[in-house]
Amino acid sequence: MIGLGLPRGFVVTLKNFIRPAVTEQYPDRRIGLFGAAKEAGMNPVRFLFSRPKESFKAFVGLATVPVAVKQSARFRGNEFVFFEDRCTACASCAKYCPLGIIEIVSVPGKIDAQEGESYKLEVFDIDIGRCMFCGLCVEACPYDALHMGTQFERSKYVRDSLVITKEELGAALKRPSSFYRPQFEEKTFDPFLEVIEDFHDAGRHERPSADELKRKWVDER
Amino acid sequence: MGQSFLDNSLWRNVYCFLAGDSTDCATRNYSDGVLPAGMEWLAFLIAAVVVIALVINGVLGGVIVLIWGERRLFGRFQSRTGPNRWGPWGTLTSVADAIKTMFKEDVVPADADRILFNLAPVLIAAPALLVFAVIPFGIGTYVADLNVGILFVMAVTSLTTLSVLTAAWSSANRIAILSALRSVALLISYEIPMALALVGVIMLAGSMSLGGIIEAQSVPFIIVQPLAIFVFFLAAMAEMARAPFDLTEAESELAAGYLNDYASMKFGLFFLAEFMAELSTSAIVTTLFLGGWKGWEPIPSHFWFAAKLVLVLFVIIWFRMTLPRLRVDQVLKLAWKGLFELTMINIIVTAVLIAIWPEPTTSRLWIMAAINWPVAIISIWAVSKLLGTTQYENPVPDPSSPVYPVATSAIPASAVFSGDVVVGPTGMDGGD
Repeated sequence: MIGLGLPRGFVVTLKNFIRPAVTEQYPDRRIGLFGAAKEAGMNPVRFLFSRPKESFKAFVGLATVPVAVKQSARFRGNEFVFFEDRCTACASCAKYCPLGIIEIVSVPGKIDAQEGESYKLEVFDIDIGRCMFCGLCVEACPYDALHMGTQFERSKYVRDSLVITKEELGAALKRPSSFYRPQFEEKTFDPFLEVIEDFHDAGRHERPSADELKRKWVDER
Repeated sequence: MGQSFLDNSLWRNVYCFLAGDSTDCATRNYSDGVLPAGMEWLAFLIAAVVVIALVINGVLGGVIVLIWGERRLFGRFQSRTGPNRWGPWGTLTSVADAIKTMFKEDVVPADADRILFNLAPVLIAAPALLVFAVIPFGIGTYVADLNVGILFVMAVTSLTTLSVLTAAWSSANRIAILSALRSVALLISYEIPMALALVGVIMLAGSMSLGGIIEAQSVPFIIVQPLAIFVFFLAAMAEMARAPFDLTEAESELAAGYLNDYASMKFGLFFLAEFMAELSTSAIVTTLFLGGWKGWEPIPSHFWFAAKLVLVLFVIIWFRMTLPRLRVDQVLKLAWKGLFELTMINIIVTAVLIAIWPEPTTSRLWIMAAINWPVAIISIWAVSKLLGTTQYENPVPDPSSPVYPVATSAIPASAVFSGDVVVGPTGMDGGD
């Protein structure tokens, strides 16, 4: 019937008006006087009289509490997580990079019966300033050495400092995103709470036992 | 000193505090004044300045609160929190906004007519303030109670469109001119139903002064005159160019319309005038249809006025958040074919009822309401049937003009490939 659409629309907006806000506040949340009193564990009136300075600050809207980041574990931040011990310097990532911003220099490393021939990584620079975070390098990495990271508060003042070196990558906290890394989703690893310390945990497979290694590298040769 | 001035309690308090010796004040039990005898003219002057400054500053403060409240409500209507960072519940947000606006660079376009360009913001802000001169905010709280109050309001509110046209023309911007022309079209179309909707109210009240209309409302006119409030509310929304009639600032078509070239505090004045118009519209609706400052006794009359004002503002914001913007032709069609007829029906029905009961008492007003509501519902339904929904026919391509086919789907692909029909302007594309 003509004319029923309008009231229906008004009811829809009124429903939105009544339901609680869906806003996720970041990086902190203004709590106000009542929130500050709750935070201090007393009732608002007592808080007002016992700590007048703090309660004034809270009333004006300066009291804040930090808000924990709620993101999907698959969220891609603007950083990379790199496990040097897993890297064989094959340079697949550099070859797949559409922008050519990964620079790799490798030298022949030691020859070890257990580990096979290896190359040592001399230089591994990623120019984050030009990166578009397409994730092709991560998809290309055959040994799960390179992962997308989950952190995003990485603004810098100088363009040069956006070039991330091997040392910086190694020193950073390892909070890999589970983008293209199903093993993290299976483990239900939460990058916003946990850090990966051991490079073996970042792999796609279980860590091989000593017997397996002996059979593979000594007995079969 | 006439008795009429002393009815104004705002005025009387200041005047009699200063010039208590005058006989008019003595009859109302005021003690001796501050100024010596014979200085009544100075007291008159000071009282005038104080009352006007009080109302202007009150309105501007109300606008600051309104901007914050409106943004909070927008947030809530969209399931957001709205501005909540600066001050308790974000109340200082609009103060921060005002400071930001004042410190922006003041740019004047090279082609602009400088005098008119600078004059337009003042021209739009002044009439928006003038409306508040006649509005009674409470018992005896007004600047002036004109006996032609409604005429004054109608005349002054339509001045804003003149300043919109001035702003658009002087900024030498074709988009701004388009916006101003739309504004003028809206004014011409909606001023008529707006004025005609008020005729019923004037007939019922027997007075054109806003104070007199409030006195006559023993039953709020929103109950007695449903058609009038329907038409007046829509027309007022169109007059102040708010959604769903915000054609002058249609962002997707005209960017900011006539505000395109304005920056800094000039833009701020336009912004202020827009919100003052919103405030004055809801004040007028409150006064004419909701009974103004009338309410139940222990609570002061100013509170009743403010509560009704906030209610009307809420409805205006609710309208804006719900309804999408209409096209120009739809808006003008609604005014001329829809609202005009409704006002005519309202005038005729009210005139007949007034002819039957020339002095409407409270019970008779209720009977009129009982008659008016079915009339309103039936006539709105009938008019919406008449307006109807437009059925557009499928366009048929014209075979005699092969260059611009009306609809490409109606043309067989083989005709395009064989070169019989050229799609798109020739020579412009298809190069590579």
